[in-house]
Amino acid sequence: MAHHDFTTPVGEAAIRALRVNDTVTLNGTLYGIRDATQIHMFDRGRKTRFDLAGHAVIHTAPNVRKVAPSAVHPAGYAPVCVGTTTSARMERFTRPLMSQYGVRMIVGKGGMLADSLATFAELGGVYLAIVGGAAALETTWIEQIEDVDLDDLNPESLWRFRVKGFGPLLVAMDSHGASLYTELKKAAAARRAAVLTSLGVK
Amino acid sequence: MNIDLQQVEEAAKELYIRALKILPPDIKAGIAALAQRETDATARTILGTMIRNISVAEDTANLLCQDTGIPIYNVAIGRGVNVDGYGLKQAIRAGCERATREYPLRSSVVHPVTRRNEHTSCGRGVPVIHIDFSDIDETLEIEMIPKGSGSENSSWLKMAVPADGVDAIKTFVVDCVLESGGKSCPPTIVGVGVGGTADLCVHLAKQAATRALGSRCADPEGAQLEQTLSVAVNQLGVGPQGLGGDATAFAVHIETAATHITMNPVAVNMQCHSARRARATFTPRGIEYGF
Repeated sequence: MAHHDFTTPVGEAAIRALRVNDTVTLNGTLYGIRDATQIHMFDRGRKTRFDLAGHAVIHTAPNVRKVAPSAVHPAGYAPVCVGTTTSARMERFTRPLMSQYGVRMIVGKGGMLADSLATFAELGGVYLAIVGGAAALETTWIEQIEDVDLDDLNPESLWRFRVKGFGPLLVAMDSHGASLYTELKKAAAARRAAVLTSLGVK
Repeated sequence: MNIDLQQVEEAAKELYIRALKILPPDIKAGIAALAQRETDATARTILGTMIRNISVAEDTANLLCQDTGIPIYNVAIGRGVNVDGYGLKQAIRAGCERATREYPLRSSVVHPVTRRNEHTSCGRGVPVIHIDFSDIDETLEIEMIPKGSGSENSSWLKMAVPADGVDAIKTFVVDCVLESGGKSCPPTIVGVGVGGTADLCVHLAKQAATRALGSRCADPEGAQLEQTLSVAVNQLGVGPQGLGGDATAFAVHIETAATHITMNPVAVNMQCHSARRARATFTPRGIEYGF
């Protein structure tokens, strides 16, 4: 249960060193990505000008305020409230994110499924769990919205955040085939029969 | 008592922003109680982060969660209240749109086919506005609920049959909690609708999911069932964020309605740990905000 401080981007070796129950804090660049962003990137052939290789993406669509571009707000957006959405809806995009763009870390809530876990093992990736619904706190870790792409999809644009002390995030799925979600789902399912008996269900 | 529609519009705007920022005291107490009882170390850390987030939101006057949800307004018109009903709906819609543009809030609402976002939090049939009547003299209440999608996507309806009995209801609730796992942002309020027609059953589940913690089902049969199910789902070990622990749900809430001799419908709708709601009460003394 080691803690790792990462400045992004990171290489495959750093990712392979992570094990479930480790924690990670991110510094540097973090990309925000969402359902529509990935539908357009992978189903409709759109490309981003951002280099995502070795980076972390977070499942988000932030609340932002449009402002005049300046040194503080180079993209013309000030963050209002940046949080995290449920990841499992975007399960089928893990593979193309990693194979086409070289993404190494997915930050989200609620966990992802078997195909993501297999992709993490094959290509060297991890899932970092954040506490969903704790967006006011998460926003304090965002220094700036540096840039934005595919902004016609706003708020589901591809956001480039600069972050400082973003975490600690829990390694919940690693590149060695371990997933806390799978383990816990199995354990909960094993308790189902006893719980139903306690309710008098025949 | 005459209702000024301009005041309704202002209240509809204010309620949306308040609901997103200020967690009701019963929910705050609920999270604190779960944190105190929690035996799992990871779960305790997660509940601690949720408590810290509530303080940060208060200190920075920020939204608790990024999900501005689908806006729902529940209106209860008391006795002796004169109001232009159609104008009331228009005023609520205008206030909802103004909150989104003026704050500004993320509009989380899109057309279901084109996925086009008008950036107003409004669209066909949205905000959802329910209008009912109450027996309270000279009082009009508007409750606002920004319903987040993580928990709303955890919604199910089962048209069980009478031969399946109450066992079908209990089994369904347990299976929905298992299926939902961490996706609904637990600890949750598990809202359960029992009886009615298909649409009423789902509506009851939503009413149950958005009730204050500590409230009980008015139907004694429902009240008993929610007590036993509340204990049961917290033995599953799903835990906060689906990462294991004792605190899977604050409670199971149930609402019931009579149903057909051939039917046994049960619906589940979940509410996440950021169980947001706000209320404005209009009386001859003025407008009072609360939960």
